Amino acid sequence: MNIRHHVSDELLVGYASGTLEEGWRLAVATHLALCPNCRTRLALMEDAAGELLEGISPIPIKVSSFDRVKERIKNGEKNRGFSPRQPTKMPKTQPPTIPEPLRSYLGGDLAELKWKSLGRGAYHIPIKLADRSTTARLLRIPAGKPVPEHSHGGRELTLVLSGSFSDGELVFARGDLEEADANVQHQPLATQGEDCICLAVTDAPLRFRSWFMRLLQPVLRI
Amino acid sequence: MIQEAGNAVVGGMETIRAISATAVPDIPFVRTKPVARVELGRQKKRGRMIEPAGELTKDEACRLLEAVGREADIESFEKLFRHYGPRVKAYMARLTRDPNVAEELMQEVMITVWNKAGQFEVTRGNAGTWIFTIARNLRIDAYRKNRRPDFDVNDPAFVLEDAKNAESALAERQDASRLKDAMKDLPQEQIQLLTLSFFDDCSHSTIANKLNLPLGTVKSRIRLAFARLRAALEDGK
Repeated sequence: MNIRHHVSDELLVGYASGTLEEGWRLAVATHLALCPNCRTRLALMEDAAGELLEGISPIPIKVSSFDRVKERIKNGEKNRGFSPRQPTKMPKTQPPTIPEPLRSYLGGDLAELKWKSLGRGAYHIPIKLADRSTTARLLRIPAGKPVPEHSHGGRELTLVLSGSFSDGELVFARGDLEEADANVQHQPLATQGEDCICLAVTDAPLRFRSWFMRLLQPVLRI
Repeated sequence: MIQEAGNAVVGGMETIRAISATAVPDIPFVRTKPVARVELGRQKKRGRMIEPAGELTKDEACRLLEAVGREADIESFEKLFRHYGPRVKAYMARLTRDPNVAEELMQEVMITVWNKAGQFEVTRGNAGTWIFTIARNLRIDAYRKNRRPDFDVNDPAFVLEDAKNAESALAERQDASRLKDAMKDLPQEQIQLLTLSFFDDCSHSTIANKLNLPLGTVKSRIRLAFARLRAALEDGK
């Protein structure tokens, strides 16, 4: 696989430090599953963080603290022994198209999904997130057609899982991650010949509590 | 693999967010006065403090971790605890004012280190990095209510790196001492930004507000820092 569009340093630092919201993290983690190159970049960031940890001014701890830990270890919190982490060699069947962690969020691989029509041959599946500050969905765009119009306030991440789309001069294929912010005017177009399936994550749209503001929302265009 | 947020720590969570905004970032590598010694004396009445461990080299730390994983060796674990316990506690204290919360999280981390030491890959790993990732994951689970989606190396759809790249990645990691030197050579302003990112849970825009810098400057400084580190590692090949 030849991935050309990678996750930005900004998002990767967010992933490495643990500050990314669930939706962004889902897209970045799924890209990382497909992209050894970005995993090497992630490893460097984590090594840098490990180095910072070595250099932090330590806070002294009491002797009793270690006794407590020893006690907790003895009481059932067992050492599970030596079990090196190794990628399991799977039998040579077709591997799933959708990697983890996304596959678990969807509840299955492509063949098992229940698509909902968006009209004009496009389909989507909303993805349930515990954290509502972002919205995630799987999109299926018919070959040769544009992505249906959707509104978002800020950042938008699109990760291609199958097929490809073009956006201006750029082509995005499996594993490629497109990062766009609100002021980028873009019109992605699925490539001819194959439907494009991608994960799209956006900032959740503004929702107002007041019915009056909700009423005004379309007028004020917010 | 989706990890549900644990509820290991309950008390004091509400105070955490507010504090990170006011905490003055102290910067690693700039060790000012030996504050620790003063505290040691002052706190003696309330309980004996663990003697600060001497320098622990990366190789030693890896060997100790290996011994814990293979033989459940408690003496090796104690050495790791003396070195990393106070550091992990300091890392936890960055987001909370309550020392009990920091202490509790530190204990959780060290118990996880004990339990998972068998999974540490000596040939690939770096003990400090490995312990940082454990501490970070526990901190996310404690402070954030949402789930923590991660890639899964055992997933059949997971794309492995090809052998050639794997080798060079390995060489890179073995050059851990080179990274240490490269970090020492980074300008203070870049170290400060990395510290705010990794320890204080700050996004780029939070950092920009805090330091009163344009967002673009924050982004480019952080990018520059990693470019330098990458270059330093590549020079060594």
